[in-house]
Amino acid sequence: MSNEKVLEVRNLSKVYGKGCAKCFESTGPEHNTNICPHCGSIVAAHDISFDLYKGEILGIMGESGSGKSTSVKNLFFDEIPTSGQATFFDDGKQYDLFSLNAQQKRHLRNHRFGMVYQNPVLGLNFNVSAGGNIAERLLMSNLTNYSEIRERAIELLRRTEVLTERMDEMPKNFSGGMQQRVQIAKALATNPPLLFLDEVTTGLDLSVQAAILDLIMEIQRESQTAMIVVTHDLGVIRLLAGRTIVMKYGRIIETGLTDQILEDPQDAYTQRLVASAL
Amino acid sequence: MSIQPILEVEDFSKTFMLHEQGKELPSSHSVFLKAYPGRLTALIGPTGAGKSTVLKGIYRTYLPTSGRMMFTTEQGQQIDLATADEHQILELRKEEIGFVTQFLHTLPRQSTEDVVAMPLIKKGISREIALEKAREILGQLNLPERLWAVSPATFSGGEKQRVNLARGLLAQPRLLLLDEPTASLDPKTTDRVVELINNLKQTGTAMIAIFHDMDLVEKLADDVVELAPPIGTENFFNSDTNENA
Amino acid sequence: MPNQANTSDIQFRQASVEYNFGFLDEYAKKEVRRSVLKAIAIPGYQVPYSSREMPMGRGFGTGGLQLTLSLIGKQDTLKVIDQGSDDSVNAVNLRSFIEMTCPGIDTTTKVSEANLIQSRHRIPEQALREDQVLVLQVPYPDALVVVEPSEDKRKIMHGEADYSRLLVKLYEDIVKFDEITISHRYPTRINRHYVIDSSPIPRWDVPKMNDSRALILLGAGREKKIYAVPPYTLAEPLEFDDVPFRVESFDDETDKRRTCHRCGCDHSFLDEFVDAISGEKLYQCSDSDYCDEQLKARSVKQGLEG
Repeated sequence: MSNEKVLEVRNLSKVYGKGCAKCFESTGPEHNTNICPHCGSIVAAHDISFDLYKGEILGIMGESGSGKSTSVKNLFFDEIPTSGQATFFDDGKQYDLFSLNAQQKRHLRNHRFGMVYQNPVLGLNFNVSAGGNIAERLLMSNLTNYSEIRERAIELLRRTEVLTERMDEMPKNFSGGMQQRVQIAKALATNPPLLFLDEVTTGLDLSVQAAILDLIMEIQRESQTAMIVVTHDLGVIRLLAGRTIVMKYGRIIETGLTDQILEDPQDAYTQRLVASAL
Repeated sequence: MSIQPILEVEDFSKTFMLHEQGKELPSSHSVFLKAYPGRLTALIGPTGAGKSTVLKGIYRTYLPTSGRMMFTTEQGQQIDLATADEHQILELRKEEIGFVTQFLHTLPRQSTEDVVAMPLIKKGISREIALEKAREILGQLNLPERLWAVSPATFSGGEKQRVNLARGLLAQPRLLLLDEPTASLDPKTTDRVVELINNLKQTGTAMIAIFHDMDLVEKLADDVVELAPPIGTENFFNSDTNENA
Repeated sequence: MPNQANTSDIQFRQASVEYNFGFLDEYAKKEVRRSVLKAIAIPGYQVPYSSREMPMGRGFGTGGLQLTLSLIGKQDTLKVIDQGSDDSVNAVNLRSFIEMTCPGIDTTTKVSEANLIQSRHRIPEQALREDQVLVLQVPYPDALVVVEPSEDKRKIMHGEADYSRLLVKLYEDIVKFDEITISHRYPTRINRHYVIDSSPIPRWDVPKMNDSRALILLGAGREKKIYAVPPYTLAEPLEFDDVPFRVESFDDETDKRRTCHRCGCDHSFLDEFVDAISGEKLYQCSDSDYCDEQLKARSVKQGLEG
């Protein structure tokens, strides 16, 4: 890991609903809810701040409803944040993510970010072949040579250990683990410096999970890709993440080095979470 | 002494706050120690004295409750490990501070030689050279060659420990923390470890170690720091287990 | 019988006097013209307009018809084409409707004589001129409809010139068939941004849109869209660098170019049909006016030689 900052997030908040002046003071871990009792709005994430460096894997851990996926979706432009700032540093330039126009956002999404969803349906186009899915992302980045696209797709599928003989098959014919591999290959197609992984191993067989995690580590090693890994699985966090953020009811309740979070958790909630997993 | 310490621990204390039980558990109290380049500092003391806690505190696996741990980087920068930024710690772990524990967490698919070579590869050394060096040290530690290409996940305690040692020693960090590195090794391999640790000293690595065996302390330690259990925990039954949790 | 038809024809002509010139009221025409101006200003962009009810079913060329009726004046000469022919039912009906509702205009079957040409499925073989306007009837204006069902999302994709999914369609075609199999409505990028549905013209006609001297207007009545390929504007069919766009080949098994069995033309788009008597496959120019012209030229030449 180097000291190059890739992403800086400050005070990111996302509220679903009309919101009111008391939303933030009435929700969070100390209130045991993320639903505002005054207006019924959902404070999905509030005051989220963190830095991500080149080659680093940051884990965001929490139970469902903790706001971990919401945070990532806002950064990938799947959602529009209620407030906050995020700066993406790339190639000597910096981008104020939430003030970009639609085309600039799309450019970053297509060229510089990669996203792997828990549900392959969100990340893959099931109407086109595995190779076509990768081609789509390459075509977005204005590669217009068929043979080159083909070669690059084969290379990516080989790297993610998808049988290249099957590249022209539809994703629905693939197993869950294979679909995830195709999704990862697609996300990597443009060599993005920033990759979001949202519960990518959830629901897969243990052996398949291990292989996917192995692949992710290899990618990090070889490409120095910065990654944000969202998961509720402590095992995933332990293997992948150097640093970890623990979230509950839309707030960060603890952040630290992963081994420290697991062996010396400070917050009562984290202590319970870690104790229940061991 | 003319050489400057690479690490200076001053008044380090660690108390665990167990929220669930509403209990405070002191583990290390007011520890002072120094580590010098090319020298080994041994931590001694009875069970529950918080020896492992100190090592984990230096490595920041545990967050110190109080105290300063001034580390001098290769560039001559002074960093307090107790309060340093997490990114800084990760960088130091990659480049300068190593830790050999009794435990090994690896992926089932990674081969032993890959596990051992990994710190070198992460430092940017070519895979080929890193693997070559990994095999060399695995040989020196008497790990049978047939195991090199296999994942260490299924290894015995002694085999795992050898993999762990090989990885930690090969990386040649500026500061190496060793927590009972020979606990489950046979005497012949232990001798090899002594030899390797002495070699590492020659290269200037500073070491802080816990040995289960006083013989090893005598053979290897240049400085000895004796720790006493924090007041009120002398009879705390589970303290040792907690340290290694 | 001919008398009877004539009577109803006369009755309709008398009745149509009650209508405004060009059937549409002037406000409707103005709106179409405004939309046309916008379409020219943003080449390839689909301008929405309030397509009027016409006295014929949507899908019978009401989009093209409204364009023609909004643009035509008494001094204009009109040609109407359907599948390359002036004599097919759709062309005849549209032409007679325009004649009835636009008294004073001239009609012709000759491309060279017309300054306004409404067409379905073909662009004339003869190169158009700067003083001519070609109106194409379009059933489905949006090239993206095959990959994205939501119009909202399609609009965003057009705005951002995001055509990767369309290109994936081409990619999959090549994977499956070793070539791009789209035979008509070939997606074509206008002025390096918007990709249009080129209307059901064959691939053969797509290159004619590029750098055309005549203004090309496309109207979709049912979908309520007007778009344009202005004169001297880039119109590039989507393709890959190494799998370029190709027009239909009319070579026979021996790689020899087929010719029109009527006029002998060896460089026009040919229709294939089977001779009812001999059962033989025959090829003939799809563009009937062009075929006539070639035939005339040939007979003059033969006459001169003979």
